[in-house]
Amino acid sequence: MADQLRLTVDGRDVLVPAGATILGAAEAAGVEIPTLCHHPLLKPSGACRMCLVEVEGARGLLTACSTPASGGMIVRTRTDQVVAARRTVLELLVSEHPLDCLTCESTGDCRLQDYAYEYSVTGRDVAGLPNTPAADGRQAKLDDSNPFLVRDLNKCILCGRCVRICHEVMGYGAIDFVSRGATTKVTTAFDVPLEESPCVFCGNCLTICPTGALQAKTGRGLGRSFQYDRVRTICTFCGVGCSLDLHVRDGRIIGASAAEGPANRGLVCVKGHFGHDWIQSPDRLTTPLIRAGDGTFRRATWDEALDLVASRLAEIKAAHGPDAIGGLASAKCTNEENYLFQRMMRAAIGTNNVDHCARL
Amino acid sequence: MTSAHRLTLRDLPAYRTGCEQGYRLQPGQVVILVGLATCGLAAGGADVAAAIREELASRQPEVCAAGRQVEVRSTGCLGLCEQEVLVDVHFAGQPRLTYAHVTPDLARRIVAEHVVGGRPIENRIIGRIEDEDHPYKDQTACAKQVRIVLANCGFIDPERIEHYVARGGYAGLERVLQGLSPAGVIAEVKVSGLRGRGGAGFPTGLKWEFAARAAGDKKYVVCNADEGDPGAFMDRSVLEGDPHAVIEGMLIGAYAIGADEGYIYCRAEYPLAIKRLRVAIEQAEALGLLGRNILGTGFGFELHIKEGAGAFVCGEETALMASIMGLRGTPRPRPPFPANRGLWDKPTNINNVETWANVPRILVRGGAWFAGIGTERSKGTKVFALTGKIRNTGLAEVPMGITLREIVYEIGGGIQNDRQYKAVQIGGPSGGCMPASLLDTPVDYDSLVAAGAMMGSGGMVVVDEGTCMVDLARFFMAFVQSESCGKCPPCRVGTRLMLETLERICAGEGQPGDIDWLVDMGRKIKAFSLCGLGQTAPNPVLTTIQYFRDEYEAHIRDKTCPAGVCPALVSFGVIADKCKGCGRCIKVCPSGAASGKLKEVHSIDAALCIRCGACFEACKFEAIERGQPAAAPAEVAG
Ligand SMILES: Cc1cc2nc3c(=O)[nH]c(=O)nc-3n(C[C@H](O)[C@H](O)[C@H](O)COP(=O)(O)O)c2cc1C
Ligand code: SF4
Ligand code: SF4
Ligand code: SF4
Ligand code: FES
Repeated sequence: MADQLRLTVDGRDVLVPAGATILGAAEAAGVEIPTLCHHPLLKPSGACRMCLVEVEGARGLLTACSTPASGGMIVRTRTDQVVAARRTVLELLVSEHPLDCLTCESTGDCRLQDYAYEYSVTGRDVAGLPNTPAADGRQAKLDDSNPFLVRDLNKCILCGRCVRICHEVMGYGAIDFVSRGATTKVTTAFDVPLEESPCVFCGNCLTICPTGALQAKTGRGLGRSFQYDRVRTICTFCGVGCSLDLHVRDGRIIGASAAEGPANRGLVCVKGHFGHDWIQSPDRLTTPLIRAGDGTFRRATWDEALDLVASRLAEIKAAHGPDAIGGLASAKCTNEENYLFQRMMRAAIGTNNVDHCARL
Repeated sequence: MTSAHRLTLRDLPAYRTGCEQGYRLQPGQVVILVGLATCGLAAGGADVAAAIREELASRQPEVCAAGRQVEVRSTGCLGLCEQEVLVDVHFAGQPRLTYAHVTPDLARRIVAEHVVGGRPIENRIIGRIEDEDHPYKDQTACAKQVRIVLANCGFIDPERIEHYVARGGYAGLERVLQGLSPAGVIAEVKVSGLRGRGGAGFPTGLKWEFAARAAGDKKYVVCNADEGDPGAFMDRSVLEGDPHAVIEGMLIGAYAIGADEGYIYCRAEYPLAIKRLRVAIEQAEALGLLGRNILGTGFGFELHIKEGAGAFVCGEETALMASIMGLRGTPRPRPPFPANRGLWDKPTNINNVETWANVPRILVRGGAWFAGIGTERSKGTKVFALTGKIRNTGLAEVPMGITLREIVYEIGGGIQNDRQYKAVQIGGPSGGCMPASLLDTPVDYDSLVAAGAMMGSGGMVVVDEGTCMVDLARFFMAFVQSESCGKCPPCRVGTRLMLETLERICAGEGQPGDIDWLVDMGRKIKAFSLCGLGQTAPNPVLTTIQYFRDEYEAHIRDKTCPAGVCPALVSFGVIADKCKGCGRCIKVCPSGAASGKLKEVHSIDAALCIRCGACFEACKFEAIERGQPAAAPAEVAG
């Protein structure tokens, strides 16, 4: 087919659609290429250099994540030079990374750690030079000045994923790179706290960060990825229906993260991401309450409560007619629930006084 | 002067004839030319020009009586930056005479004695120009120069388009619009063999062909005037001295690839270049040479200036385009190449200032003429900025293939104070050093790369025996480290580690194995970095190690700096039987370490001494001795 390309990756023949990258072709061929800055939601950046591969006839190594595949290409991903590139990148990154994996929130869920393990990079490989976390200027205090995110720039490897998702996908542009050379860092304009920036705390940067540089404040110290289960669910906050993984440890929800779903494609908003503490709140209502004449509340069953509502609505309708009643649906309702609600208002009560709070 | 009205192709020859008449000196006319590029202005050119005007005004009756018509003309840089302020006096029908190092006082004398009195001040004249194409051809510094790019610099007033036109300007565009097809233009540039002057030396005709072939109804051309290498100022001089040459080159390139819009990306530190470009663009637009329906042919080209904030990495083409689009100036991987996806994802052709300035001349005189200059694989000329410990600092335009020796010793006049040549750093922080053993290397793209250096944009920093090569490498590494965009780990982290290692070596804390580590890390950074900055950043270190390894070893093993530069590795003391007690060292010492009574032997307090070497330079009796520090610096294991 004209819009298919045939090439070989490590000796394996693959057919990929035109426009695919070398990385895509390698995936199709079942060859794994390590990546740090690449993410399928984002445009290729070529920043981290982990995915360098050899292409026959090309001058120097090429980044698999950004280079388009072409017909007849011969790609090699396991040569000495390619492995040297990966090791060099890791050695350099680890040379200025804190080696506190023992207590890091992201242990077990960190690409840098995984690759360092795979390539036996201990952090002391660079010519016996001391490990120097926080190269000048980036020496950053933990930024936990907001209720949602903790930023530890000492752990940042400057892959730029957070910056790109904030600009390319979310469209907020709250953070970007500033400065140059060893002092380059990711921060807000004029280095103000996130709360004073256009950040909406969707936390999608956190989801996409391959290291422990960005963490959810809510779950700190409560358990790491290998200690909790991920329970797939749909976010109940609104009708969009984003897929969500709740992090559950010993029967308690300690965090949440965006999951791949048809409605949200791996993204969530601040509510789904961080709004789960109420689920286990002791203040949360677990049965309906009925107000007594003296203003106090008493526990009731659902049947009792719904009977009361139905009889009072019937009374109002009899005394004042159906148009004395109006209904406002909640933004938490799905389309189907909204449909049922307006049917109830129109058919059961007999009024067109029905609206939705999202229009207010 | 011709008033501005929109020209058509048919009007252009007549307009040019008018310009030529205005430019040529008429009997009785005298032109006083003052070099007012940045070099001239820095030397006090504005005061000199003012003095000339004042003096002329006060002598108006005498000038009239002598039957002279005097014009004061400001021009760009002739290339003799070291001798600025330059003032030339040109009587119609006579050679143009050049005065150097002119002060306002000398300027007044020149007006009084030479311009009015007709008596040149012979002992202050440094040269004569009989033929504008070969200025000062009787002088060694100039005999081997060939002026194509700099043809107009120092002759025309860059703010007057009539001067440019009088010297053949816009004739290249005229030829193109008269009937060359875009493919014909590209063919001519290919025949010329022109290669990019911005560093990498990519064949220009081929690059244009890629952009011409790229699919797209909207295309751009860009001029790279970022010129961020320390020690380079060729592009600035061209823009200040002959802005229309660049504009005309871009017009021709735009026509060839099918672009209707262009950008000149010029660093904001070049305010004069930007001002002259603005004036030139306005004048060209007013005449119908730029903008819509150029010369009535229907071809249109709109040109913008974008000021860059002075980041070295913004000279890299993909970072430059990001910067034009208002983004952070960071490189991105290629492919896609700008020819296919450049500005706003449209096909874009980007060339350097000097590359563009060659184009009109190639179109006027033909690709074959250009290909006749230079070597087999490097055609034409190259403008170099000579700086450092060389006698004639300034600009030189030489045919490709000339040897380094000719540039340093003939054009450059050799080393200052007759000291010993040590090396020349070519290509700035991306280039490498060339030791004395390589002085006979021909200067062309391929020979320089073979030697571990590169043409770069054309900066040549000459260093003498008083320069420490480890310190030089450290300087360039500090530069690239702070200019690295920070995007990719090999460059961002690797150069920092190299810099820290060099700093340790200079501080006397080098360890065995450091040199091999530097070479190894340097090679990795070159091979794994994203853009040309990282891919060339280790070159100064690698070449200084290649050619001056013993100096590194002296620092590491013997804890000495043979050139006596690295403060931690030198000490200064007074040689008692040479000291006359003159007090000079006391006067120059910034830290109060030198002391002594007049006419008695002085002394230097090692505890206060900051080892700057000021006394060593200042002492008239060679009574200061430079040696190793008395106590070796803290013992380092290994
Ligand atoms: C770090 C870096 C800095 C550069 N700076 C400049 C510059 O100041 N001027 C320039 O013309 N080219 C510079 N270049 C080269 C450009 O990327 C590009 O190759 C050039 O503008 C192409 O024009 P040419 O083909 O006419 O040489 C630089 C490249 C790198 C990697
Ligand atoms: S939380 Fe969302 S808006 Fe805030 S910086 Fe991260 S991606 Fe941008
Ligand atoms: S914070 Fe995380 S995602 Fe952002 S640049 Fe640093 S490592 Fe990458
Ligand atoms: S090589 Fe240096 S300047 Fe170029 S992209 Fe990498 S970090 Fe930036
Ligand atoms: S994954 Fe390709 S460069 Fe980072």
